[in-house]
Amino acid sequence: MQRPKRKNPVLRTRLPTLPPAARSRVALGLTAAAALGRFELQQCRDCGTVQYPPREACQKCLSVRLDWKPQPTGGELIAQTVLHHSNDLFFRERLPWRLGLVKLDCGPTVVAHLHAGALEKVRVRAMLDRAGQAVIVALPQKENGDMADDRQLREFTCDPRNRKILITDGKTAVGQALVQGFAKSAAEIIWVGYAEPWKKFAGFDELEKIPQVTLMPLDVTDSKNVKELAAEIAGKVDIVVNNAEHHRTFGISSRQGVETARAEMDVNYLGLLRLAQEFGPAMRARGADGAASAVAWVNLLSVYALANFPPHGTFSASKAAAHSLAQCLRAEMRPAGVRVVNVFPGPIDDEWNQLLPPPKIAPAALAKSIVAALCEGIEDVYPGDVAQEWLERWRDNPKALEREISA
Amino acid sequence: MLAAPVTVPYVRYSIRAAHWWLARTFSALLEAARLRKDEIDGLTVSSFTLAPDTAIGLTQHLGVSPRWLDHIPLGGASGVVALRRAARAVQAGDADIVACIGGDTNHVDSFRLTLANFSQFARDAVYPYGAGGPNASFAFLTAHYMQRHGATREDFGKLCVAQRANALKYPHALFKKPLSMEDYLAARPIAEPLHLFDCVMPCAGAEGFLVLAEDRARSLGLPFVRLQGTIERHNAFASDPVQMRAGWALDRDDLYAQAGCKPGDIDFVQTYDDYPVISLMQLEDLGFCEKGEGPAFVRKHSFTHDGSFPLNTSGGQLSVGQAGAGGGFLGMVEAIRQLSGHAGARAVKDAKLGLVSGFGMINYDRGLGSGAAILAASQA
Repeated sequence: MQRPKRKNPVLRTRLPTLPPAARSRVALGLTAAAALGRFELQQCRDCGTVQYPPREACQKCLSVRLDWKPQPTGGELIAQTVLHHSNDLFFRERLPWRLGLVKLDCGPTVVAHLHAGALEKVRVRAMLDRAGQAVIVALPQKENGDMADDRQLREFTCDPRNRKILITDGKTAVGQALVQGFAKSAAEIIWVGYAEPWKKFAGFDELEKIPQVTLMPLDVTDSKNVKELAAEIAGKVDIVVNNAEHHRTFGISSRQGVETARAEMDVNYLGLLRLAQEFGPAMRARGADGAASAVAWVNLLSVYALANFPPHGTFSASKAAAHSLAQCLRAEMRPAGVRVVNVFPGPIDDEWNQLLPPPKIAPAALAKSIVAALCEGIEDVYPGDVAQEWLERWRDNPKALEREISA
Repeated sequence: MLAAPVTVPYVRYSIRAAHWWLARTFSALLEAARLRKDEIDGLTVSSFTLAPDTAIGLTQHLGVSPRWLDHIPLGGASGVVALRRAARAVQAGDADIVACIGGDTNHVDSFRLTLANFSQFARDAVYPYGAGGPNASFAFLTAHYMQRHGATREDFGKLCVAQRANALKYPHALFKKPLSMEDYLAARPIAEPLHLFDCVMPCAGAEGFLVLAEDRARSLGLPFVRLQGTIERHNAFASDPVQMRAGWALDRDDLYAQAGCKPGDIDFVQTYDDYPVISLMQLEDLGFCEKGEGPAFVRKHSFTHDGSFPLNTSGGQLSVGQAGAGGGFLGMVEAIRQLSGHAGARAVKDAKLGLVSGFGMINYDRGLGSGAAILAASQA
């Protein structure tokens, strides 16, 4: 993909539009799966029929016991078209637009957005579009080098290639791994925040050597500092990765006073709020700003946001608060087509989780899964085995998880 | 019997509501048959843009009190289905004279709104994919048909060009300029392989006819045509991965058996023609040629009203305009005119038997409803 030309600052920035977002409730099953990067269709628990579009009853046996189940993604492209006319503004601005009619190996025929390289045999994915709703995308059967650069596919992903990234904390192992990850995926500029700029932190020199990196003093607990940084770069940032976090052990009874909890809230919850207030409006205005528009906001949360982990009780509470605020941010960024990606790792293999037994996710693996989620257009990321297992337990029975982890 | 074919002249855009168009149709029927409002005791209504009203709301709007009423929201299958419902009602004595009316208004933005909310499946699984509407759906069917049966753009063009020639002799057609094959081929692409002249133009308009018993038609002094046979089928061949055929293929033997004739006896055909590919599919499924032989059939015949196979003799929707659900009545109204000697300059010579076909409701990836009727001139 060619690096996008510098834009003429005198010309008007195109305002964001969204593809049609209305769905029936039953169709949101596809969205729920796509948010996690899964391809699931309705399957009848009684007769096994796989069906699409989603229905309220099995079209074969009329059972209403329908589950969303992972399905094989192979299919055959039976017809294709290129739209040169659309009734909708979003697509009208993006014509011509390719569509395919795909007969899935698992049964149904689906209408799909069609990748330019897709031939007879295709594989499909459910992806979130700019409106945050799932759509089916048909891709070439085999991965190829520049596949991600497809003009249409980039409307469904948040690919960092040629984009400008802000990573809010470069001092942590995760922050440094993120910088490496984005540098490798051809981000154009990576601004890296670091608090307490009078102290040189471990890893500073390595970061400085990366050509795309610019280190910027940033303390998310300092409203003035956040405002000043936003004044400088908010109108250019395409992806914010808020990885700044404050993490201490213990719950309620092992510690006196509220200072530690307040510090956690100040970074983990209010830090997000400060950043969102200062960077959100500018990003919302740039949701359709050419081939490298403002596209995503990543929050480093924790699986403990789903259910409190008492040995890290106040930290869990601050992450739960941040999760709730991130849902608000998601709703507010959606009209601009900017995706809020929430990341829910299990314990990270860092100093604050020293006493937890493995498996713990390595900072590099966490960074990798965040970059991959942006490339694949995933909205809720549960990186690593622990997070995946927590997710399954939580989806299966939230009350059971609460009891299990407090035992 | 069918009588009193009426058309409320189409316009591209209208500031009137659907109720206005349906009221004009009803009034035109009364005038054509010289009836009082209360003499019509049955009513069927087909319209998309009548919402939130249905047929029953229209009774109060028009101040009528029918003893038999049906709302038939079947799009392009509405005309045939309305005839079937009405004929049974008259046969059973539920009504003496049924007015079958269908039509829609077209505001500047109403087509987009109709598409966005056409069906649950369309909203969930089609409209978010480029919002191409029926153009995109028929692009798939056309692409597949071309690939499978070797149809070319010229084959579709031949139908469009012939229908335009027919339309030039039909006063209500919105398209008044001749169309040449060069014009057709040079048109801009809309949804490949469909180009501009493959696509119907949405417009406002309405159509209607009366269904009544023969003796009643005679006592009123109305020219009439006879219903010889009719079929209807919905969601046929659901397991075909892409639409290659519709219900006609299941029921056509029954249709010709009811009418006591063969495809070769038919003097003209009015297909539902929002896109030319579907006309070919109808000709195949209704037995005028074998499946897949549509292209060869097109190359062998000429389709103007004076051609070897008169088709869509008023120009069809492609050259008249698609007045929403009125499009499902266009062929029926034209067939009545042809068989009762009211087709003027575009009359099919010595037409005694005509076939009208309906096709409607692209609910998801295909048209669900299909129907057909064979009509005969009253002298036949």
